[in-house]
Amino acid sequence: MIAAVDFTHVSRQFGSGAAAVRAVDDVSLAIAEGEFFAMLGPSGSGKTTCLRLISGFESPNEGTIRIFGQDMGAVPPNRRHVNTVFQDYALFPHMTVRDNVAYGLMVRGMDRRTRLARAEEMLALVHLPEFGGRKPGQLSGGQRQRVALARALVNEPRVLLLDEPLGALDLKLREAMQDELKSLQKRLGITFVFVTHDQGEALSMADRVAVFSRGKIVQTGSPAEVYERPATRFVADFVGSSNVLSPEQSARLGGPARWTSLRPEAIRLAGEGTPGTVTALRYLGAGTRVAVALEAGLDLGVLLPAGAPVPAPGEAVRLTWERSAMHAMEGEE
Amino acid sequence: MSAALEPAHPPRGPGDRLTGLFWRRPWVLLALLLAPPLLWLGVVYVGSLVALLWQSFYSIDEFSGMVVPELTLKTYAELLRPSNADVILRTATMAAAVTLASAVLAFPIAYYAARYAKGRWKAAFYLGVMLPLWSSYLVKVYAWKLILAKEGIVTWAFEGLGAGNLLNAVLAIPVIGGNSLSTSYMGTFLVFLYVWLPFMILPMQASLERVPATMLEASSDLGARPGQTFRHVILPLAMPGVIAGSIFTFSLTLGDYIIPQIVGSSRLFIGQAVYTLQGTAGNIPLAAAFAVVPILIMLVYLAVARRLGAFDAL
Ligand SMILES: Nc1ncnc2c1ncn2[C@@H]1O[C@H](COP(=O)(O)OP(=O)(O)O)[C@@H](O)[C@H]1O
Ligand SMILES: [Mg+2]
Repeated sequence: MIAAVDFTHVSRQFGSGAAAVRAVDDVSLAIAEGEFFAMLGPSGSGKTTCLRLISGFESPNEGTIRIFGQDMGAVPPNRRHVNTVFQDYALFPHMTVRDNVAYGLMVRGMDRRTRLARAEEMLALVHLPEFGGRKPGQLSGGQRQRVALARALVNEPRVLLLDEPLGALDLKLREAMQDELKSLQKRLGITFVFVTHDQGEALSMADRVAVFSRGKIVQTGSPAEVYERPATRFVADFVGSSNVLSPEQSARLGGPARWTSLRPEAIRLAGEGTPGTVTALRYLGAGTRVAVALEAGLDLGVLLPAGAPVPAPGEAVRLTWERSAMHAMEGEE
Repeated sequence: MSAALEPAHPPRGPGDRLTGLFWRRPWVLLALLLAPPLLWLGVVYVGSLVALLWQSFYSIDEFSGMVVPELTLKTYAELLRPSNADVILRTATMAAAVTLASAVLAFPIAYYAARYAKGRWKAAFYLGVMLPLWSSYLVKVYAWKLILAKEGIVTWAFEGLGAGNLLNAVLAIPVIGGNSLSTSYMGTFLVFLYVWLPFMILPMQASLERVPATMLEASSDLGARPGQTFRHVILPLAMPGVIAGSIFTFSLTLGDYIIPQIVGSSRLFIGQAVYTLQGTAGNIPLAAAFAVVPILIMLVYLAVARRLGAFDAL
């Protein structure tokens, strides 16, 4: 099957000489049609640049980008069947919401009646049927976000790019939009490429996640794979703040003599096991994160579920975990 | 014991008490700050404008040449006499032509400065645009008179390039042509264009600067060709700046009385008419009526611009 988006050894460099930044560094990836694909990584890791390479606002210094098999080398942004939901929404302030949504159809020469009717349909789809006559300035952040979504979807793109689209929303709204985006994607069957720095968002929404670090993809896999079997120390730490053990530490705690990840929620407080001292507590609502200094001179994070008894700072505790919870990583980094 | 009874703060001086008053009654400070400029605006500016308007409703006694202080529309009727209406039409046409030409000329410059110029080039841009404003207006106008004169550098350059006939052909165009550039409407137009151009470039550049780059990318992303992006996004968003610039170029041209006197045919513009009427002719009412015309034209212009949606992006 032809991939919706295909990168072959793609690099994008900004500046030159000593000041050069390799924003995207030898990235190869294949995004399948109809997939919800998340690009996850810390700020500055090259996610936005990757997205802009797909939409055509950046061109690669090296490598090839194909969209549905077609080489995009000489195709300008306005001729790619790809639409973007911008991080700052980029709605046109001088047009009504309806005209904003109909913009893509207008520049393609669709007559006014038809395109405004289509715009209304799209506004209904994103639950804003009454808002067509307003200006973007009169909408809340969440509503603008929906308009930006409708404006992109009305063009029936084969690939929709979303750059941290929920970043500016408050938590409640963000969770509602996550569910809504996910179900919309399933219903329309469009390929979504979703950029985020929020691991929870990536894990809960995506079919597949690519974890970025310093312009490179360090792991690609299903959310469960990335979470349970992080390939590198970076992934283990960035996705779910796992405990990362050096080969020696791991061996001393009964694990493999390799770099190892031990998830905080896999550790329990018990009457017996490895002894340690509680150094700090962080109450999270749905649980409590406890930092325990082991006598081996090592800190472990432990996630206690809500309702479990919480030790006091300074208290001596004992920790146990299944040996299978210690996941050895391949990467050195 | 006595320490506990002492006030928490040291005794307050007059400055302290004043600060306290401002804090409790913010409008006192506001009133103090606004009074001088409001007085200036109200009394000196609006006052003289009203006085001017008032004068235009007086008339002049044709025999004695004295102002008759009775309200009448006679002076305005006189304004519509062909010789006077000509002056108005000539001035308005010139102002419109100058405005249009400066908008066309300024746009690429402002666009480049707003979108592409960085650091050093931006400084060079500001310097280049502002520099002409720093030298005396009269010096510039007289310099242009020399440049455009029959024996001037323009004629010399055209002849040197073997295009002397071209210049003569242009000068042979009826109405706008003439004996030489410095004695034709074309010359007046060129000097106006040069002198007012910065007033168009700067507001345009400011409004273009505020158009975020993602807005243009969004347009392209949605399938618009560059020309469509220009027409549907850049131009409407730059419109407030274009209008602001055109208010400058239009009204400055409408009111100027020096440029057409130094460079151009000897026919009158509104400013010159006002100048001679209130001076040598002593016809203050007609001068006042003439002076009202640019104000009316500007009001109509702004109303039309508003109607056409020029301020939608504000
Ligand atoms: N237009 C640009 N010019 C120079 N450097 C850039 C440009 N765009 C991105 N970069 C650099 O490339 C790196 C990756 O940026 P970006 O793709 O925006 O990361 P992310 O979206 O993951 O935060 C950063 O170091 C950034 O400073
Ligand atoms: Mg980014």
